[in-house]
Amino acid sequence: MASLDIQGVQKSFGATRVLHGIDLAIADGEMIVVVGASGCGKSTLLRIVAGLETPSAGKVLIEGRDVTPLEPADRDIAMVFQTYALYPHMSVFDNMAYGLKIRGLPKAEIAARVQEAADLLSIGQLLQRKPRQLSGGQRQRVAMGRAIVRHPKLFLFDEPLSNLDAKLRVQMRAEIRRLQKRLKVTSLFVTHDQVEAMTLGDRLVVMHEGRAAQVGTPMEVWSRPADTYVASFIGSPAMNLLPATLAEGGAAARLAGGALWRFADGPRAGGEGMAVTLGIRPEHMLPDGAEGLALSVELAEPMGSETVLHGILPDGTALTARVPGVLAAERVTLAPDLAALHVFDAASGRRIDPA
Amino acid sequence: MSGAAPDVEALAAASRRRKARERFLTHLALILGVAVFALPIWITLMGSTHDTDTIGRGDVPLLPGTEALNNYARAWAEGGGGRNTFAVPASTMLFNSLVMALLITVGKITISLLSAFAVVFFAFPFRMAFFWMIFITLMLPVEVRIIPTFQVMTDLGLIDTMTGLTLPLIASATATLLFRQFFLTIPDEYVEAAKVDGAGPLRFFKDVVLPLSATNISALFVILFIYGWNQYLWPLLMVSSRDLETVIVGLTKMIGNGDTQNQWNLIMTTAVFALLPPVAVVVLMQRWFIKGLTETEK
Amino acid sequence: MRKKVIFRGVALPYLLLAPQLVITAIFFFWPAGMAIWQSTLRQDAFGLRTEFVALENFLDLFSDPLYLNAAWNTVLFSSAVAALALGAALFLAVQADKHIRGAGLYKTMLIWPYAVAPALAAVLWLFIFHPSIGLVGRGFAAIGIDWDYRLNGGQAMTMVIVAAAWKQVSYNFIFFLAGLQSIPTSVLEAAAIDGARPMRRFWTVVFPLLSPTAFFLLVVNLVYAFFDTFGIIHALTRGGPGNATETLIYKVYVDGVQNLNLGSSAAQSVILMVIVIALTAVQFRFIERRVHY
Repeated sequence: MASLDIQGVQKSFGATRVLHGIDLAIADGEMIVVVGASGCGKSTLLRIVAGLETPSAGKVLIEGRDVTPLEPADRDIAMVFQTYALYPHMSVFDNMAYGLKIRGLPKAEIAARVQEAADLLSIGQLLQRKPRQLSGGQRQRVAMGRAIVRHPKLFLFDEPLSNLDAKLRVQMRAEIRRLQKRLKVTSLFVTHDQVEAMTLGDRLVVMHEGRAAQVGTPMEVWSRPADTYVASFIGSPAMNLLPATLAEGGAAARLAGGALWRFADGPRAGGEGMAVTLGIRPEHMLPDGAEGLALSVELAEPMGSETVLHGILPDGTALTARVPGVLAAERVTLAPDLAALHVFDAASGRRIDPA
Repeated sequence: MSGAAPDVEALAAASRRRKARERFLTHLALILGVAVFALPIWITLMGSTHDTDTIGRGDVPLLPGTEALNNYARAWAEGGGGRNTFAVPASTMLFNSLVMALLITVGKITISLLSAFAVVFFAFPFRMAFFWMIFITLMLPVEVRIIPTFQVMTDLGLIDTMTGLTLPLIASATATLLFRQFFLTIPDEYVEAAKVDGAGPLRFFKDVVLPLSATNISALFVILFIYGWNQYLWPLLMVSSRDLETVIVGLTKMIGNGDTQNQWNLIMTTAVFALLPPVAVVVLMQRWFIKGLTETEK
Repeated sequence: MRKKVIFRGVALPYLLLAPQLVITAIFFFWPAGMAIWQSTLRQDAFGLRTEFVALENFLDLFSDPLYLNAAWNTVLFSSAVAALALGAALFLAVQADKHIRGAGLYKTMLIWPYAVAPALAAVLWLFIFHPSIGLVGRGFAAIGIDWDYRLNGGQAMTMVIVAAAWKQVSYNFIFFLAGLQSIPTSVLEAAAIDGARPMRRFWTVVFPLLSPTAFFLLVVNLVYAFFDTFGIIHALTRGGPGNATETLIYKVYVDGVQNLNLGSSAAQSVILMVIVIALTAVQFRFIERRVHY
């Protein structure tokens, strides 16, 4: 158990820069999820922390100790790979015991630790099997077990759930969270799945094109996205982003179609007529008899307790709404919950908070 | 970071040293390996540019001499005398080797394509029996049945003919197996589509199977060409006339038992000639060569 | 084993198979059958009378010191060639598999000797080891070693082993390299994170995962050393001096072609066939097992 500090880490492969300087401080026992689309640099960041890649600039500190020049073996970390990376020629027991044998632990202690981890993951009956005789979920557990027995300072997870089917993924997700809370090992978890990110992390790092677009707790990231990328990446269905201009001296915004939305939380700085992007989540567009926007529904997806509507506004902008109950109509009038409105600078994409 | 614990510095330094040492040793090992492979060739190449006396004296030239043109021209046109035969010009031997290698290669690929096609795309009585018959020839390399095969050739009057030299080597279990394996991966839909379009089996073979097999054919071509070019025992048995001498066998015949009468310069020149075509094929077609090698042996 | 969708026709498939089958029958099965038949016959010295002697040719072989000598030579030669060629190839493949500058060039430079005919490899090494014109041969003489492979059996054996192994390294190298590249990077990274240093990683992870390749290559190398090296021995030593480098395959040739002892040569051929069949069977059983790996 230890803290992890990532300071100004950059990485280039030839002329391509994949990390533009990442700073991140992770407290002891914290679980941080790095989430982003493929190619955003999240796996590279993880591999730099593991020591499998060398950063072009910057430092990695574990427990305040600069480990940047150290090999993975000298960092006292454990990693769970996307492909599990079990040793195919070793039994489950030997897979888990390998790292301990290398460290020269006594046989009895190795056996005890493996047994303990196996019980924790309920794979005690599989110890003599070879990886090829295991199902995907079981392999996943063995990979976890191999990390756990080591009692490392740091757990690194590289999309460990992406090869599982949907049901198992949900189950393992909960299990990983339970285990991590119980063992209190500092963890860095990389995923492209925003639901996984929201449910697993104490804090999230949303990465975009080699930069940390936002770092914060799941609720912070969800309720106050730092830019339009984070806004559209976190949450499902994705947040609606509507072009608009500031009006009434920054106290409101006028949509392309002419509608005027008044900010509930106070006026924004920036001149009259400044181009902004308004963000409103689908669940915050509520059916409203009178004043709302008229949406021509192109597709209604009934989910049972609610319905997701995809349609276009009169000015041609696409909009998604999530409304309670069953709703089947060709046209609905929707009004925004203005308290849940997000305002972004149209030019930079950055969030604009009330002045 | 200035506050780093000393053990970190030590570990980092050890890791740097280890990496530098490893990189150095890796290059050293590979350079040595390459040198061991290249040394005999280098000696031969250099020898082929000196006169007989220089080599015969035992000077072992390590640098190029001045006789290259002369040696290569003589070896090509006249050849060097040897133990069992009068001199055979390298040009004749190279021509024979080329014809032998090409006939074996083309022959093997052709009949293997045909038989694999029959076995995969048709149902007929004794299909598997025939397949196993071909398969079992894997276990009967020419070396283990030299004498009886020689007798068969005598009975058929094929001794000392190009037909006798190549025909028996044309049967190929390996190539048949490879093509069969590959044909099994051609989707059934292709056959169905051909049937719907009214294409018969031969048309299907020509328009679909052959084009799809192009890479496999190229890969096999490289392997089989080398196999054909490098034949030794069979030509040694089959050929007695100078006109049919192949270069590998001819080369070894140029070396006598004594020391003095050997025209080492011409021998080395001929060795270079014998080496060049298959090595060129491997180096120039490396990708296909590796594919052919690793896939035929599975 | 066969496609679900097939063409109709009975004559056509036979026609397509005919060339392969005819050649196989005439040049493989007929001679193989003759070898078996002849191995039970014995001709008198003048080739006038032939009598049926059942297994006597085989029994004679097993009590013939020259045959036993050839068998021993074969064992020695084959195991030395396989060990050398496999060891060197594995070592080089591991080096060439690393991420280093010039890896591609190194690979090409290590692959090309595959194209060299065994007999030609022998000639190339003769240029090196020849006592009067060879670099190493003269070098030995200069430092006082009495080197002449034409007179010394041990030296002759060393030389054919070196030439035969040298030629086979490329082949093994290609397969070991392919084997190394098929090991998932993540497994090696997992081992690195588990704390295994490169040497330990090699012996506990890489080598076990390469063992199927190594075993396959062992069989191939043995077959090569048994049969394909005829050219090397013929070109370099002719089995000499004094039968010191006479292997089983070379003896088949000598007894059949030079001594015209057809019965014995045929019996030796049959023994070799049994050996090839055994080796092939071992290999196929193994490949079946490897499928699960």
